[in-house]
Amino acid sequence: MGYTIAEKIFSAHVKGKKVKADEFVYARVDLALGNDITAPIAIDQFKKIGSKKVFDRKKIVLVPDHFTPAKDIKSAEQAKVLREFAAEHNIVHYYEVGRMGIEHALLPELGIIEPGKLIIGADSHTCTYGAMGAFATGVGSTDLAAAWATGSSWFKVPKTIKFVYKGKFKKWVCGKDLILYTIGKIGVDGALYKAMEFSGAVIDSLSLDERLTMSNMAIEAGGKAGLIAPDDKVFDYLKIVNARKYKGKAGQKQFISDVKRWKSFSSDADAQYEEVIEINVSEIEPQVALPHLPSNTKAVSKVKKMRVDQVVIGSCTNGRISDLRVAAKILKGKKVHPKVRCIVFPATQAIYLAAMKEGLLEIFINADAVVSTPTCGPCLGGHMGILAAGERAVATTNRNFVGRMGHKDSEVILSSPAVAAATAIKGYLSHPDAV
Amino acid sequence: MKIKGKAWKFGDNINTDEIIAARYLNTFDEKELGSYCMEDIDKDFSQKISKGDIIVAGKNFGCGSSREHAPIAIKGCGISCVIAESFARIFYRNAINIGLPILISKDAHKKIKEKNLIEIDVSKGIINNITQKKTYSTEKFADFMQDIVNSGGLLKWIRKKGLAKR
Repeated sequence: MGYTIAEKIFSAHVKGKKVKADEFVYARVDLALGNDITAPIAIDQFKKIGSKKVFDRKKIVLVPDHFTPAKDIKSAEQAKVLREFAAEHNIVHYYEVGRMGIEHALLPELGIIEPGKLIIGADSHTCTYGAMGAFATGVGSTDLAAAWATGSSWFKVPKTIKFVYKGKFKKWVCGKDLILYTIGKIGVDGALYKAMEFSGAVIDSLSLDERLTMSNMAIEAGGKAGLIAPDDKVFDYLKIVNARKYKGKAGQKQFISDVKRWKSFSSDADAQYEEVIEINVSEIEPQVALPHLPSNTKAVSKVKKMRVDQVVIGSCTNGRISDLRVAAKILKGKKVHPKVRCIVFPATQAIYLAAMKEGLLEIFINADAVVSTPTCGPCLGGHMGILAAGERAVATTNRNFVGRMGHKDSEVILSSPAVAAATAIKGYLSHPDAV
Repeated sequence: MKIKGKAWKFGDNINTDEIIAARYLNTFDEKELGSYCMEDIDKDFSQKISKGDIIVAGKNFGCGSSREHAPIAIKGCGISCVIAESFARIFYRNAINIGLPILISKDAHKKIKEKNLIEIDVSKGIINNITQKKTYSTEKFADFMQDIVNSGGLLKWIRKKGLAKR
């Protein structure tokens, strides 16, 4: 009997045995990530454990991205806790404002996400890295503290649900639509405690950015991970971001050997799945998730005219350069509706710079959209775009729970960048073909 | 360990944004977070409950973000235990790790009514509805997790096992 990606990665992180789904393991972790919301608790807990040193200063990542640039004094104090801990323990991967980005867009750029790695993060969207063949999952602050002290964490090896995507995309349909559709199909607890594995010819054809979007939202179906077997798109990307490591003859040799190892982290043909779900993408139109659950999905063309007050384009879900390109293509030469506030937030400094060089920022500004610093701010109702009572936003983010972006009587509708941009122009929820 | 308190009922998919809204995540003070617990569902929640009361909820309790502030807020407002039909994964870990008693029971959610007086034997996993004179069984923890629960949370478990690097 073969092994799934999840089983292979866990097997590679426990001593001397191969593990199967449902086994409890105490496994070594390769990266342990925290942000300005979750790490202060982890640091407090770490001190309680009584450890003097972290397990490995190169394997801890600290990114102050949620309430930064600090939105108020308390947030500034929390960011300061991270800064001081990073200095005290000489943490290699600490990224200050000006160097940072939204963690799940930043870490792949840094070249520290690789197929086969076991990654925990005190942020539920840590599952994003599954798109690169890493087993990455969200945990809480105490789990994070324990991993910092011990280098390991406990897990139940999950069963896997395999999703096979077939067919041909309709115009404007992208990775975001696929994942929204999938969550709509199985529900917000449809993959509870399980790994989701996205596969099929459609996934093979998706860009890495779109795959990251899909894996990012695995948690919205309750998934423990959103895995995709790594392929050349992932390997080529790693070759670029780790160019220095793979330079020259020795580097090339190293790359060939790394690729060989990375390739082993795909599921065997006879791996055992909890369930296999086939999805024909030819039938899928651009999707939206209506308030107040990510599973409350519909084709945008099937939704009545819904006025919006704010459009948010960005986040760890859809704040990458390809997302901004799609939005800019639609907004070019147009104006955001006078009654709409359109906020674009590139997910990292590198994406910001690329968007500037490509002229995308100019397109947004000329369209009367505002371009913000990289931050998680508006997505979770932190800052930089909070909704008042009775207001409605269309956002390329990942959650539309009650009060997610502000007042409890406000609403969030989730969509792709294309639908969001079209909506910003029209002033009501719109199909991209409408502009 | 025995727990006794009134039941407060919630539906399915109660998410961490509802348990503690992001606007309060600039602190992790237990009492302060507790005063905002469930605010966007019921703004009087933290005032109307008594110390020791119990939350009884439906499926997928605690879905959404990984914020440990959610179980901290529940503890901080005086809730002694959460019973649900099922828990979202990260909330489940967090509750066990910080020593907030949680129990899985389908029956309990179906049959317990708001403000019923409930007594729970946490170690035996038995829920006793004093008001209705009924008992409900709960799902057993896996041995591995029961060990963490018995240790009083993850940090104590790590210390007991001597796992931390010095």
